[in-house]
Amino acid sequence: MIFQSSIQQTIKNIKMKEFALIFRLNDIQDFKPSPEQMQERMAWLASIVAQNKLVDKGNTLLPAPGSAKTVKPNNVVTDGPYTEIKEFVSGYVIVKAENIDEAVEIAKANPIFHQVGGNIEVREVLKRN
Amino acid sequence: MTAVLCRHFGLKHIEIAEDIASDTFLKASEHWAINGIPENPTAWLYTVAKNKMKDYFKRISVFEGKITNNVKSDFSIEENHFEFYEQIIADSQLAMIFAVCNPINTTESQIALALQILCGFSVEEIANAFISKTETIKKRLQRARNNLQNENFQLKLLSQFQIQSRLDTVLRTLYLLFNEGYFSKTNNDLIRKDLCSEATRLTLFLAENPLTDTPQTNALLALMCFQSSRLEARTDSRGEVILFDGQDRRLWDKSLIHRGNYYLVKATDGKETSKYHLEAGIAYWHTAQPDNNKWQHILELYNQLILVDYSPQLILNRIFAYSKVHGQKDALTEAKKLQLTESNYYHGLLGYLYADINIDQSIYHYTKAVKLTKSKAEKLTLIKEIERLSNEKSKERKG
Repeated sequence: MIFQSSIQQTIKNIKMKEFALIFRLNDIQDFKPSPEQMQERMAWLASIVAQNKLVDKGNTLLPAPGSAKTVKPNNVVTDGPYTEIKEFVSGYVIVKAENIDEAVEIAKANPIFHQVGGNIEVREVLKRN
Repeated sequence: MTAVLCRHFGLKHIEIAEDIASDTFLKASEHWAINGIPENPTAWLYTVAKNKMKDYFKRISVFEGKITNNVKSDFSIEENHFEFYEQIIADSQLAMIFAVCNPINTTESQIALALQILCGFSVEEIANAFISKTETIKKRLQRARNNLQNENFQLKLLSQFQIQSRLDTVLRTLYLLFNEGYFSKTNNDLIRKDLCSEATRLTLFLAENPLTDTPQTNALLALMCFQSSRLEARTDSRGEVILFDGQDRRLWDKSLIHRGNYYLVKATDGKETSKYHLEAGIAYWHTAQPDNNKWQHILELYNQLILVDYSPQLILNRIFAYSKVHGQKDALTEAKKLQLTESNYYHGLLGYLYADINIDQSIYHYTKAVKLTKSKAEKLTLIKEIERLSNEKSKERKG
């Protein structure tokens, strides 16, 4: 009766896939958000939580000197993020969705696009265990 | 205030502390009416209370033949440390809740006692929170107090284990406290903002303490922030409740909504989804920017919530959400299966669902709801609806 829809939903939840959203920014100047920008990003995250789709709220990955290094073959170590391109990874979150298109829709709603530009890479997670 | 007094004079003297607290307030109201409110009202109250307490003990000790000097020297040590800073007060209140949530009593008794001693709930209000009879609650409270007094314990520092094992009950107490403030069933003020802010303040304290900073605590705090953000808009200048659609969004406290978002995210660890998480999610949707899928999201959250925490109120709320997604006709079919004929909420819901389908049925159910509800403000809101529908009906007849 009433519980049928709940059980159907639970089954749907179990079948969902996980997707990593990897954030890239263009300029190191864009890295620290203003309080208003922070609020917008928090609201975006909160909406994902409220849809029960946030698996891991993730973390920010610091790009500044001293907090970032790149290790290459032959023990070559350079300072800072991967510098072949100007873009750098600034953080990640993990969401769950039925398919990648749904995850992409979630990513599209992120405020960084109108705040500082940048891009979000969406990758399906293959669980190791 | 009772909590702070107990912290210094021992839990054994709870009843005296309560009497003294009320005497103090009585004296304050008399004194301040004539002389005006002092510069530091809190300090004034605590000084008076402390003195009354000392007098009481002096009288007792003389009566019992003890040496007065001993009593005096005990309290002189306390005097130096009697501080009124907010930190200590919140601390005392929380320490009191944790102490009262002693597993020697049943969970319901723990919560009932905490609500009575700490939050000043009347027996009737507690009975309503538990959907129980007043007599049952009275007996339960008496037994619980006796158990605590026999234990003869002080408000000492609890061990980490004790704090963590009692946290669930404490959170539930704060949740009920907030609910009573938000929905106040028996009080004439529909919304008792002071209860809501008390509950929020104490939960915030828990969230800021590493021992009690758990996902559930943060989820509860998020819930309280979201609900509190709408308090200003919920009643109009005459104290009548404004239903959701009619609320002025500009009156919603945006900073509280932002904080709610923050705690909601903080509460997510990917593994735990407690009832507080789900309720906070629902509250999120009520305060978020308008969204076409809002009610679908809310319905999904209710679907999960009723698996975790079954209650008639939740089932009814879910059907309201269901009606927003699937229409009033389908929702009515679901609702009528419940047959909660003694519930004012049940009839209120049916009244709402019938409004566009069958005005007579709608008026019938709303009228029943008016008879069953104990809330004055709710009566007014329902009566207004009945009037509106009656006017509709007479317009139909004329047309």
